[in-house]
Amino acid sequence: MFTEENLRKVEELKRRYPEPQGALLQVLWLAQEQFGWISEEVMHYVADLLQLPYSHVLGVVSFYTMYNRQPVGKYHIQVCTNIACMLLGSETIVEHLQKRLGIKIGETTPDRLFTLSEVECLGSCGTAPMMQVNEDYYENLTVDKLDKLIDEFKKQAQ
Amino acid sequence: MSESLSSSQIESMDSHDLKLVLPDIPNYHLIEVYESYGGYSALRKALSMTPEAVTEEVKKSNLRGRGGAAFPTGLKWTFMPRQTDKPKFLAVNADESEPGSFKDRQILEFNPHQLIEGILIACYAMGIKTAYVYIRGEYVKWTKLLQKAIDDAYARGFIGEKILGSNFSTNIYIHRGAGAYICGEESALMESIEGKRGYPRVKPPFPAQFGLWGYPTTINNVETITNVPVIISKGGEWYSKIGAPKHPGTLLFGVSGHVNRPGVYELPTGVLLTDLIYKYAGGVRGNKKVKMVIPGGSSMPPIRGDQIEGVRMDAESLKSVGSSIGTGGVIVIDEDTQLLKVLTRITKFYWHESCGQCTPCREGTGWMFKVLKRLSEGHGKPEDLDLLVGIANNIEGNTVCALGDAAAWPVKFTIQRFRKELEEEISSNSRGLD
Repeated sequence: MFTEENLRKVEELKRRYPEPQGALLQVLWLAQEQFGWISEEVMHYVADLLQLPYSHVLGVVSFYTMYNRQPVGKYHIQVCTNIACMLLGSETIVEHLQKRLGIKIGETTPDRLFTLSEVECLGSCGTAPMMQVNEDYYENLTVDKLDKLIDEFKKQAQ
Repeated sequence: MSESLSSSQIESMDSHDLKLVLPDIPNYHLIEVYESYGGYSALRKALSMTPEAVTEEVKKSNLRGRGGAAFPTGLKWTFMPRQTDKPKFLAVNADESEPGSFKDRQILEFNPHQLIEGILIACYAMGIKTAYVYIRGEYVKWTKLLQKAIDDAYARGFIGEKILGSNFSTNIYIHRGAGAYICGEESALMESIEGKRGYPRVKPPFPAQFGLWGYPTTINNVETITNVPVIISKGGEWYSKIGAPKHPGTLLFGVSGHVNRPGVYELPTGVLLTDLIYKYAGGVRGNKKVKMVIPGGSSMPPIRGDQIEGVRMDAESLKSVGSSIGTGGVIVIDEDTQLLKVLTRITKFYWHESCGQCTPCREGTGWMFKVLKRLSEGHGKPEDLDLLVGIANNIEGNTVCALGDAAAWPVKFTIQRFRKELEEEISSNSRGLD
């Protein structure tokens, strides 16, 4: 299931740790990059690859919030609502996104373009309010800036 | 308190503009620029010393951990067994997840080579051949930046086999987390590196005896390690004279919340909290009054806005006013903010992040959140504050790791220090709903 390149990476990752299990989180990242999310099938595959019990892999995947156990939209919007962002208006950001995208926190748009999530502190308190979209941070947000970003994402997706 | 250094001496230190961790040099993150300013010469110097002498220098500097607990770094290093055939490990904590903390990412972005150099010196001092840098999963950009720096340092022979022609060999690997605040706790961090759920371990045994895979391990924060090359270059004694004597050096203070210029400010320890807020962070937005300051990340006991005059930012000074330096993340909250809302949000965080191992924390954080949510929505009475203190007291000290205390302290101390304000909010909220 993994590409040749990813299989090579798995072997390299295993060598970094005294036991192959150490590579589990990193191998799950490779899996999420290649398959988009971590399905039951993927967990079985990773378990066999690292010779770990399936239950252990499930335990790890379900512990960490960043492994997606369901498919997410092309743009996974993750808004920080923790203290520093809250003080500077993250509620307005969430409200605006919900209105603009027509979905609530935890939902994906019918065209599968956007998933909206609320997340805990992302370490951007000095540039609050902020959100992460896929791998990138967008900081010092305003409603105006949000609208431009959403337009931009929609344009990119076409 | 800082009896051996007068306040005028500390003041003069403030004006020195000493940037040990984040020097104001363009492109310092590039290895050629770093080297042109003397980068990696501390590693050369360390390699010419005995490992014991390197550790001794760090001890002399009085460097204390920058991850929250302010434990003496040199002393921690001496806990590692010297005569052993077992592998030993260094884990560098870049999990930076405490709300209000955003300093370590500045190092990963602007000064990654000083971090790498510090890691190598630490490994040499403790006889370690493998170091892991644990970076929180969300920091994708900063993981890539550090990986680039590591690759460049390998290419120049600073990392790898027989470093700079010596007999010292070390590898550095990045271990990417996947979203779990608890993994910033050192034993949970080790579990996570081992490929498990991030459940904190019962201590003792401590990591230096039983760490990663049961082998001797030391865990240090990114900022702590980044100070090490400076100490080796300039000497422990030189370093020990900067800032507050019992907690020397500079700190990366992250100032956030209702200030005009939020950001990370590198300043000597012992700087006045009011200077940090008004002189550096540009004062409070809209010239409002400060209602509350959380001085070291969201779990630290808050200070009343009318009591910030004269408070100095170092471990001992903050202890003397009933708080703690934590990660140096200063959250400023203005007079128009509902404290119930602040407390509810902070508590929701600890409830969400509790790993679930210990009943007092798993259940207690949820109870506190529910009571606070109810209060902030106007369905409560002032006596509920006592209920909250009761729950907090039953969590504090009754859990495997410090997350329990981290959840209990904001509740307990905010109620203790802002009782009148909270009672007023409860009664005015409740009238609003009638």
